[in-house]
Amino acid sequence: MLEVSNLACSRGDHPLFSGLSFQLEAGELMQVQGENGKGKTSLLRTLCGFMQPEAGEIRWRGGNIADLGEDYCAELLYLGHHNAIKDELNALENLQISCGLAGVELDEKEAVIALRRIGLKGRELLPVRVLSQGQRRRVALARMLVSRAPLWVLDEPLTALDVGAVGMIQGLLGEHLVRGGMVIFTTHQPLVVEGVETRRLVLE
Amino acid sequence: MKKLSLFALLLLVIRRDLLLAMRRRADVLTTLVFFVMVVSLFPLGVGPEPDMLRKMAPGVVWVAALLASMLSLTRLFAADHADGTLEQMLLAPQSLSVLVLGKMIAHWMVSGLPLVLMSPVLGLQFDMSAQGLGILMIGLLLGTPVLSMLGAVGAALTLGLRGGGVLVSLLVLPLCIPVLIFGAGAVEAVNSGLSAGANLALMGAIAVLALVFTPWVAAQALRISME
Repeated sequence: MLEVSNLACSRGDHPLFSGLSFQLEAGELMQVQGENGKGKTSLLRTLCGFMQPEAGEIRWRGGNIADLGEDYCAELLYLGHHNAIKDELNALENLQISCGLAGVELDEKEAVIALRRIGLKGRELLPVRVLSQGQRRRVALARMLVSRAPLWVLDEPLTALDVGAVGMIQGLLGEHLVRGGMVIFTTHQPLVVEGVETRRLVLE
Repeated sequence: MKKLSLFALLLLVIRRDLLLAMRRRADVLTTLVFFVMVVSLFPLGVGPEPDMLRKMAPGVVWVAALLASMLSLTRLFAADHADGTLEQMLLAPQSLSVLVLGKMIAHWMVSGLPLVLMSPVLGLQFDMSAQGLGILMIGLLLGTPVLSMLGAVGAALTLGLRGGGVLVSLLVLPLCIPVLIFGAGAVEAVNSGLSAGANLALMGAIAVLALVFTPWVAAQALRISME
């Protein structure tokens, strides 16, 4: 489904990696590993199309992602370092708006169910400003519960989360993979999904 | 769960930006207060001669509107850039230009429309005629959206740069000169007994042209800024 061939990336004049090739098929989980500054985030951002690769190609269902454009975006869920939530809005508004930007209309009931499941019961209508870091991250991650996109690109999804939340995310990833989804992620914490082998991609 | 149409997405972005503006009212008020202050300072500075005030009124109001609309430009994309929302917007499965257009419209409603509504009150300080006030308002109604649209292009180009605030004014103000000339010219034409039609028609043409091109240009600039 996702094919990366001979990819090279650089940041300014500084080359990060080159000659990177891999394939990701339905139901596969891949962890990108490497020390700080080896280009993990750059790789994920390139996969999302924010950055143009120096060389090489990224293909989705056989088509180059640059040509697919919006069709590719519709099948992609990206969670970056930043939570992409607004301090002024409450959790419910944030979730509904971020889903709307992803092209899906979420009614209030569905949003409340998702927020309760992610562990924000009773916090739905509080401005995100007053929530803790971990709770904010949960608001951002709630999108995973309602996303139908097959390809998930997750950059450090576990930062600021407690043990219970990490377990829940593992469960969520498991469900997604069983549905035939794909996940590519980076993390510095252990993240194992039961019954699924984690493929590892090491950036040198 | 339903798929969102293009128009629904446009409305969503407008509603979101207006909601955010409502929660951060201070930002909205600064533009309006700045506009009122600058325009009100002129009669105090140049003296209370009605003839001179009448003559300079359209120019003063227009220049103040131009400067006031520069104030809020840096915030147009900066907050979304800082908290990662902009990345998600780039990944929206709809045209980015439409999202940008939504942000432009919301920006105008928050920073341009109040200026239009306030302008007759300020015009009275300059002893402008009723007809002149009407034309001033129509001119601002056509011109302030252009300021928001051109401003958005500048804001997108300077996104993430240090000192972007000053740079965006330097970039955008020269582009706004036609709007200033035709806007102030329309009122002067009416004052000297001519028709304001030609000036307003040109303003309308500029507004239509900006509507067609600026969302796309700003969207491209955003993609470049995100690299």
